[in-house]
Amino acid sequence: MANRKKSIIPTIILTVISVLWMYPILLILINSLKVESAITTSGVFSLPTSETFNGIANFIASVTQMDFLKSFWYSLVISVMSVILILFCCSMSAWYIVRVNGKLSKAFYYLCVFSMVVPFQMVMFTLAKTADTLKLNNPYNICIIYLGFGAGLAVFMFTGFVKGIPMEIEEAALIDGCSPWQVYTRVLIPILKPTIISTAILELMWVWNDYLLPTLVLDIKEYRTIPMAVQYFRGSFGHVQMGPMMASIMIDIIPIIIVYLVCQKYIIEGVVAGAVKG
Amino acid sequence: MVGKTIKKWWPLFVLPTFAAFIIGFLWPFLWGIYLSFCKFTTVQDVTFVGFSNYTKILIDKTFSHSFWLTVAFAFISSILINICAFAIALALTKGFKGTNAFRTVFFMPNLIGGIVLGYIWQTLLNGLLSMWGQPLLALSAKNGFIGMLLLLMWQQIGYMMIIYVAGLNNVSPDLIEAAKIDGATSRQILFRIKIPMIMPSVTICTFLTLTNGFKMFDQNLSLTGGDPGKQSQLLALNIYDTFYARSGPQWKGIGQAKAVVFFILVVAIALIQLKATSSKEVQQ
Repeated sequence: MANRKKSIIPTIILTVISVLWMYPILLILINSLKVESAITTSGVFSLPTSETFNGIANFIASVTQMDFLKSFWYSLVISVMSVILILFCCSMSAWYIVRVNGKLSKAFYYLCVFSMVVPFQMVMFTLAKTADTLKLNNPYNICIIYLGFGAGLAVFMFTGFVKGIPMEIEEAALIDGCSPWQVYTRVLIPILKPTIISTAILELMWVWNDYLLPTLVLDIKEYRTIPMAVQYFRGSFGHVQMGPMMASIMIDIIPIIIVYLVCQKYIIEGVVAGAVKG
Repeated sequence: MVGKTIKKWWPLFVLPTFAAFIIGFLWPFLWGIYLSFCKFTTVQDVTFVGFSNYTKILIDKTFSHSFWLTVAFAFISSILINICAFAIALALTKGFKGTNAFRTVFFMPNLIGGIVLGYIWQTLLNGLLSMWGQPLLALSAKNGFIGMLLLLMWQQIGYMMIIYVAGLNNVSPDLIEAAKIDGATSRQILFRIKIPMIMPSVTICTFLTLTNGFKMFDQNLSLTGGDPGKQSQLLALNIYDTFYARSGPQWKGIGQAKAVVFFILVVAIALIQLKATSSKEVQQ
């Protein structure tokens, strides 16, 4: 009985905190359903009444006026292509670095670790120029930039894991007549699967939400990812239409929440794995 | 044997990553260091000026202001985030009902991008401030600073909490039971057993929160935009502002020099942290 009493009070406290924790998102949801005139600085806390309820009109406006579906498509293309490329190339490189273990591969490894600490402002100007020169300034080529800048974390995670794999498995495969490529695809990838998922999640969280890199590299008039679109419409228009603005924030958040609720287990494991390695 | 066999396969296994690494990091990095010693507006007209960009930083008052603001911000946010995250992690490892649901809720803000987070909190905080008759975020540097702290706490507590929960779950129950039998109070168990046992998690979380605090850009841009009058500008935004928002031929070089100083600062903090980690590893 005493034990049960003990656990009720903390549960209540945690519940209250959780509700408060979700309140900012709830507030945006409420406001995205209101008419423009009801979304004032001090009026954001009022619930929509029958007069101020706007249905999904803001969402429609956001999708049509801001070309939000296009932004969604660009964000999706960039994230998926970059993450696949990063996982593929970096797991190969990590395997090579660990097994060959020469001076050059070690130097590359330390450069990768070093690149994780360097703030983006250090390279932003020159990186944008390089991307322009090499024609990497569109959503379909920008993944090469992401591979270069995201290689640090991925190589670091993969080498940490490959070091723990006994070499005898690969040796046996080679003796049985596998080519190195077959060893990589048939032996290494299945063993690396948990790390691949963790790394994919960490890189995906970064690329999907990244704002500054695509802003500087892509032409903002032609291609806008979701964070760019939100900042563009909020930051550059004299008069901001708050209703569609709230709706576009919700359109950004809703898919994230759905993916999170579905893959929660992997995301949390990915974070823990990344922290232990890091 | 594996090493010897795959060694000549480097064009397939390493070259793609290495080429992209040069394009995406190494070349821009080295070029950036060179440009910090130059005066330039575009990459075509670059003149070497030596250290003059670095001396000009000292004259720029916005830099020293945002430098100290960033240092204060990084340390305060790191301490607050770690304390709150650890407290929640302790509560969540006691085995109450609904622990998983709480964990889900607390972690969620971490998945939302900085720009969007900034606008969510701008709406909320400006609403609250106007209700209380206080100056809005864009008009008061103090409110802007507190706003950024709240935002970053909301974003990162969940992430750090996950790491602390993993650390606390690794503390052997035998150890705690033995301490209980020896008559340790719950306070003693916390400070003498749990905290020393999860020191690796503490180091990681401090490292992550400190570097995230120093590097924060998106949230700063969208929440306050540096207003009023660059008073709430953290270093990353100050550098961006020097590059792209100021007119005059000298500013790009100065911006690049500021970026080099910023980079050295972050690396120094990271190295101090690494040293702290390795000294703890020796003890265990």
